[in-house]
Amino acid sequence: LRLIYTTTAVQRKNVGASGPEKYTEAFIKKQIEEFNLGKRHLANMMGEDPETFTQEDIDRAIAYLFPSGLFDKQARPMMKHPTEIFPEQRKIQWGEDGRPFHFLFYTGKQSYYALMHETYEKLLNVQKYQDQLTAQDLPPQKEKRNLAGSRWLTKIELEEMLLEKLSDDDYSRFIQLLQKLMTLPCGDIEEEYIQKFSRVVPVQLQKVVIEPLKYDERGVAFSTGEGTRKTARATAVVYDNGTGKITVNGIDVLHYFPVLQDREQLLFPFQFLDRVGKHDMVCTVSGGGRSAQAGAIRLASAKALRSFVTEKEVEFMRQAGLLTVDPRVKERKKPGQEGARRKFTWKKR
Amino acid sequence: DDKLLSEPLSHPDFFNVKELFTLKDLFDARVHLGHKKGCRHRFMEPYIFGCRLDQDIIDLDQTMQHLQLALNFTAHVAYRKGIILFISRKRQFCHLVESTARECGEYAHTRYWQGGLLTNAHIQFGSGVRLPDLLIFLSSLNNVFQPHVAIRDAAKMNIPTVGVVDTNCNPCLISYPIPGNDDSPTAMELYCKLFRMTIIRAKDKRRQSEVFDELR
Repeated sequence: LRLIYTTTAVQRKNVGASGPEKYTEAFIKKQIEEFNLGKRHLANMMGEDPETFTQEDIDRAIAYLFPSGLFDKQARPMMKHPTEIFPEQRKIQWGEDGRPFHFLFYTGKQSYYALMHETYEKLLNVQKYQDQLTAQDLPPQKEKRNLAGSRWLTKIELEEMLLEKLSDDDYSRFIQLLQKLMTLPCGDIEEEYIQKFSRVVPVQLQKVVIEPLKYDERGVAFSTGEGTRKTARATAVVYDNGTGKITVNGIDVLHYFPVLQDREQLLFPFQFLDRVGKHDMVCTVSGGGRSAQAGAIRLASAKALRSFVTEKEVEFMRQAGLLTVDPRVKERKKPGQEGARRKFTWKKR
Repeated sequence: DDKLLSEPLSHPDFFNVKELFTLKDLFDARVHLGHKKGCRHRFMEPYIFGCRLDQDIIDLDQTMQHLQLALNFTAHVAYRKGIILFISRKRQFCHLVESTARECGEYAHTRYWQGGLLTNAHIQFGSGVRLPDLLIFLSSLNNVFQPHVAIRDAAKMNIPTVGVVDTNCNPCLISYPIPGNDDSPTAMELYCKLFRMTIIRAKDKRRQSEVFDELR
């Protein structure tokens, strides 16, 4: 017998090196039972019926009993079903006699390779079907599928589906195989299978609605528009059958904008559409400075003029930049610098 | 239970694998065709019948003997409920090999071989994993025409191997080599069919023997 003298530091196991915790089935079951019991206790505490106590009620009760001012919602106390808290994990892959359940277990990435195997099988089926059709001299069906409205699963979504880590290479190979399957002429048979791996993309483009002309008591057509530039906000009402008179905040334009440059900005939309002397305008503007207010009114009047004009001219206005909101605002000053971009004077020593 | 396991070992061909194939079947499936003379491996010379227009022809009599031994061995392993792993790194036959393995109820590995699969299994899979008891190589080279890593690893882990060796392969570390063609689809389908039939036969026999034992 040889006594080996070890210190306590050596005897203590390095807990961190064991890897992520494995949650056994028994453990998760116990957690679920404790959760259900706790739910009933909570319902009794709040004076509500334990049978009809939903997750929202639980959230409200916990927020009431344990108020927390923490910023991160996930750091606050929460009581959720154990399946939402403990991430899904793979159970033991082999039976009592030691034989693994899955036939591709020894590859390491069994679900991914099983997926590739299945997809390849579908491909072979489609090719066989195609051969059968050509043998019977029937033309292959060509139905154009809408490719624009859908996207393939992302790598993270696929990892969640397979419960396995993937590499970028694996993922790209799988997507290439799916694309190949889809582009074959008789791919309609496997439509269902392909749809499992595609998601619908919501239509993002919203067509801008041009408002119709409104008529006031005198019978004159008019339309309104709003515009912003830096901190200035403006609303403009453009009347038809006019003489080119412009009023800003109740004051004539010559008095409100003494500088020629601002008046040129106001005139630009009308000059672009060759309607210089044909419209009257009444606008209200607040905020910003001289130039910002002029820019805001220009945008507002351009938007208002859309109702008077054909779609082609609206497209011309858009391309000229009359309908785009100018995103430039004052950049903030940063610490350690004198201004937004200007640094302090650099001294060599 | 002891009698169940020791009875098959007393017969030379308990599972009657000889009737599964004939020389004509092997010839029709083009098993005798090897690679060109320049690709010939030195250790394959005893198995080669001759050379015709620079192409090596494999001796089918020797192939018959080796194939019988190999099929008999796989049948015994399957009878004793061993884990069989089919390996092939040929991309054309990957799907075929995987389907064969699935139909037998055994396992397949036709993808990229991660280095520590056999030698580092307890860390890669988890402790308590059971390693395969037999590896069947349907093509013993990998995609760069070098001997598959699993041959060496199986030798390290004392796992017996059965392998189809072509004229450019090294039959050294394989316990039951089968000299034959591994490139033609007909040859591969023949091998898959033979292995599938032997394994299914062996498993059925095992189930029958267990049922008879229980009845007694």
